[in-house]
Amino acid sequence: MIQYTLQRVALALGIVFAAISALYGVMIALPGDPTSVLLGPRATPEMRAVFREQMGLDDPLAMQILNFWARVLSGDLGTDFFRNRPVSVAVMSALPHTVALVFGAIFWSASLGILLGAFSADRRNSVLDRVTGVISVAFIAAPSFVVALYSLLLFAVTLRWFPSIGAGEPGDLLSRIQHLVLPSLAIGLAWVGYVARIVRASMLEVMGESYIRTARAFGLPRRRVVYNYALRVAILPAVQVLGVGIGGMLSSAVFAEIVFSRPGIGTLIYTAVSDRNYPVVMGSMLVAIGFFVTCALIADLINAALDPRHRKAK
Amino acid sequence: MSRFRHTLLGRLARDPLAVMAIVIIAALVVMAVFADLIAPHDYTAMHMTDRFAAPSAEFWLGTDNLGRDTFSRLLQGGRIALTVGLTAVIISGVIGLVLGMIAGFGPRWLDNALLFFFDTLRAYPTIILALALAALMPRGLTTVIVVVVITSFAEYGRVVRTQTLSLKHAEFILAERAMGASFGRIVFHHILPNVLGPFFILAAMNLPVVITIEAGMSFLGVGVPPGTPSWGATLKDGFDHIRQTPWLILAGGLPLILVTLGFTFLGEALRDQLDPKLRSGR
Repeated sequence: MIQYTLQRVALALGIVFAAISALYGVMIALPGDPTSVLLGPRATPEMRAVFREQMGLDDPLAMQILNFWARVLSGDLGTDFFRNRPVSVAVMSALPHTVALVFGAIFWSASLGILLGAFSADRRNSVLDRVTGVISVAFIAAPSFVVALYSLLLFAVTLRWFPSIGAGEPGDLLSRIQHLVLPSLAIGLAWVGYVARIVRASMLEVMGESYIRTARAFGLPRRRVVYNYALRVAILPAVQVLGVGIGGMLSSAVFAEIVFSRPGIGTLIYTAVSDRNYPVVMGSMLVAIGFFVTCALIADLINAALDPRHRKAK
Repeated sequence: MSRFRHTLLGRLARDPLAVMAIVIIAALVVMAVFADLIAPHDYTAMHMTDRFAAPSAEFWLGTDNLGRDTFSRLLQGGRIALTVGLTAVIISGVIGLVLGMIAGFGPRWLDNALLFFFDTLRAYPTIILALALAALMPRGLTTVIVVVVITSFAEYGRVVRTQTLSLKHAEFILAERAMGASFGRIVFHHILPNVLGPFFILAAMNLPVVITIEAGMSFLGVGVPPGTPSWGATLKDGFDHIRQTPWLILAGGLPLILVTLGFTFLGEALRDQLDPKLRSGR
């Protein structure tokens, strides 16, 4: 297990390194003046000269990428020249909002998905099972930003059940949660379908195992066997899927944050892109990719710890 | 008739979801292809006295903030969606197919290198990468297609690689090799046809994803140029004027939902038919 963990961690670090280096390299290597790319069009000539010197823009590309990493590792993500603050401050103040949103989405998809999946596995091949199957696929198919727009229209603008703008009052937990409900549901809905199908499939597999039959033979109530014993094991594959799914959820979070005017990494990148504020784009990408790869890694390790077969399968 | 029942199409015809999927897709394709004939209005014509109109006999799905007919614009949007979708899926599919087979057949180090390459590409959250790249590239359909290809060919590559690897050591391939079949014959006569099944399922499932990314990029203002009637642009207009009319959002989201539903159901049905192992799981 230790060897496996080290391998996966090394791979994850390699992926983050390669992904960010490639992006940084593309940004620098593209035709045009890199100072205007990295400082934005509003930079003065003096700023450009200092910056060119500082960043070593005349060095070879590989050297520049390594220097970029040296700065990142010392905690310097660059400077947001538009608002005159370090990029790390901008990114770190936005990140908690996005993390809350993504975990809200995971809450919806795990709770509703496991419920639906267990329910249809329990009543396999009934009409209700078929209906839940179709609903799951429909959920998977619904594009998250259309769901976000529809729920904004229905629950916030028309019915006024939930607020439509912002992330809530700082310090007021209830208002924070109220503001989280709709955007996280919009992101999570697609994953409700995935989780439901996976839980259903693995439930059916687990229910055929001999220990479940033994439990039944000992006269344990059927409901208890299904929902306590089988479900506990059947959830595992869903953990993995949700871990990998966080990448998709981050993409959906961009839409949810913009549609519901929430602060977060998505809004940050979106405004940075419209302003051509490249240091902020780079910094947010770094954090977004790092967050995604970390979550996928954790999900992978949890699975490996709980199910040793998984370690060999790779 | 009895022979038809056992063809792929015949089996699909007995699956109600597949029939529904095919009807939806066919309707969308027809509407996109004959958009100019079907459209009741010119999609650029502005009816300034009828801005934000609700659906009526004159404007079937209402009008937008400039008084343009929403239905006619959505028809044109279908063309954009299908063009982008098909182009991007074909390009990324071919790249993925070639790289995946190279990874499956190549030496161990090449396989590992390509696998690492695929994993790296999959580490980019699609829309966030689209935003970052769109900042560097000119706005337009080409940029949209490039972004989509970059973010999606790795998926094909992985699937094809896995399939190739499992086939490489299959008994019928070993037998063929023992009989002295050439490398080309093994690849094109035996591996390729067997890889194509999962490949097409993935393509069918991937097409709506691509269309959604195009709409999403246009919604964020980094997709089609301003004024182009992409579905995403219509939704953006609706979002900007949500207090004036709900119809733009309602109508603009509908084709996206239908297209994703259609292709997802089709992909599901194809998978059930092409992969008997999964069928038994139901």
